Amino acid sequence: MLAGQQQRLQADIRALVGRHGRDRSALIPVLQELQTMHATISDYAMQVVADELGIHPAEVYGVASFYAFLRPVSRGRFVFRLCGTISCELAGKARVARQLENDLGIRFGETTADGRFGLEWASCLGMCDQGPALLVNDRVYTRVTAEQVHAIIDECKGTFGAHAPQAVHS
Amino acid sequence: MITVNSKKTPFTFESVEPESGLRAALAMSRADIIGEVGACNLRGRGGAGFPTGTKWNLAAAARVKAGGTKYVVCNADEGEPGTFKDRVILSEHADLVFEGMTIGARAIGATVGIVYLRSEYVYLRPHLEQVLATRRQNTLLGTDIGGLAGFNFDIHIHMGAGAYVCGEETALIESLEGHRGEPRNRPPFPVDTGFNGQPTVVNNVETFAWVACILSRSANWFKAVGTAKSTGYKLFSVSGDCREPGVYEFPLGITVAELLEKVGGLDAKAVQVGGASGHCIPASEFGRRIAFEDISTGGAVIVFGPGRDMLAVARNFMEFFVEESCGQCAPCRAGNAKLLEGIEMLQRGDCSMQYVQELLGLCETMQLASKCGLGQSSPNAFVSIVKHFKDEIMGRTLAH
Repeated sequence: MLAGQQQRLQADIRALVGRHGRDRSALIPVLQELQTMHATISDYAMQVVADELGIHPAEVYGVASFYAFLRPVSRGRFVFRLCGTISCELAGKARVARQLENDLGIRFGETTADGRFGLEWASCLGMCDQGPALLVNDRVYTRVTAEQVHAIIDECKGTFGAHAPQAVHS
Repeated sequence: MITVNSKKTPFTFESVEPESGLRAALAMSRADIIGEVGACNLRGRGGAGFPTGTKWNLAAAARVKAGGTKYVVCNADEGEPGTFKDRVILSEHADLVFEGMTIGARAIGATVGIVYLRSEYVYLRPHLEQVLATRRQNTLLGTDIGGLAGFNFDIHIHMGAGAYVCGEETALIESLEGHRGEPRNRPPFPVDTGFNGQPTVVNNVETFAWVACILSRSANWFKAVGTAKSTGYKLFSVSGDCREPGVYEFPLGITVAELLEKVGGLDAKAVQVGGASGHCIPASEFGRRIAFEDISTGGAVIVFGPGRDMLAVARNFMEFFVEESCGQCAPCRAGNAKLLEGIEMLQRGDCSMQYVQELLGLCETMQLASKCGLGQSSPNAFVSIVKHFKDEIMGRTLAH
């Protein structure tokens, strides 16, 4: 990592800690926003967060690796999470899954080489009455068909600044 | 953004006059508020069915440790497969939920309220923040709420991060405190030692909404509906093979058959009541009642049509639990993986009846020895599917 990038990361983390406080309970909100900004939580970032909150880096890693929506891996600018749970299965998630793999060119659990798209299974998204359900970052798509997958991906590609970090939600 | 909320029946929540419950509560003593909630026998709408009045009574009696405050936490970590009624309540009746939380705060003497919202519902957050801001403007939150001097209470939203187990109240509190969502030993219970070690009431979204209705209408109104042990109305999340999936309000005690008739699923071969951790009910038992004393539920009803492969259903549930087990205790961590492996053997058709019996023995161990509700209830679906659909799952060939 370049020194300039490290400094930027440090500054971002300090700003987040300034906003959420140094309490242990700030850890998850800080990690969530950091991930939104940088699309990943790097080892270095976890070290800085640990220093800022005065806890051991292993504690930060323990938390980050526990939660499905955190996990310290690069997962892409747009994370596609297809609901894998029963009602969406009954509603035909298998064909949507196959088409997502075909159109993105990756398997579940992978990220595209350009770092733009990640593909994962999600546990129940709570859209059971209108499955199959797909979550793309914060956006929910329901009654998704295999045919629509391509358009959803295109919509992401057309998003302004698709290569830039995600906007900060505050 | 989800605009279609699939409400299939009118909700009582629509007809209750806004803030009338809170107004009534502010004119009552704390003991009387808890008395009213206790008298109607309201039980937790998240699924566990703990009497709300009893919980509040314990929290009200508990003493705050030095320099702290009591907390009211709304469990909006609706992760049970097949459950989505809290999403609908939060999108359309958020005010009623916050009203119920405020009544709870008054009853137990809390000053801080927290909504633990699952990250899958992050798109609801701007709406909820807006509702909270409006309530602050109208002095329904903040200091001297509703003109009652000294009644100070505010609510903030804390996002979950994708963990089913955080629906368990002690895991939820761990998560709030910035830890891994691993359930705690109980006792001590959260009503005594909860968030930051302080007395904390954790209730489901729907429970708070009903509290507001009960204070508005009266305990007797609520008690008149349902059965003796399961009073009142309940929201049901209905999905799967039926004509009209969506959210329904029915009195507790409704039979599975009555429910199926209303949702257009009478040809079902089985119904999963209570989500992945609930029970699979075959057609021969559709006369049973959905109530805490018979088939207990947080409101999830998943309908399986005539052609469905029940082993595939069991496998989906078990994959879910293998993914969502927190891994803290061995019965759950290893047990779910073993059950999934067994289901895969059944699917390949190379599982002896003896081994199935051993797996059922493992299920019993998990139900007894797991630390929290996740591992205690995760074998339920497997056990009930093996029990009711043995002819369908034994002796399979790969072509099945």
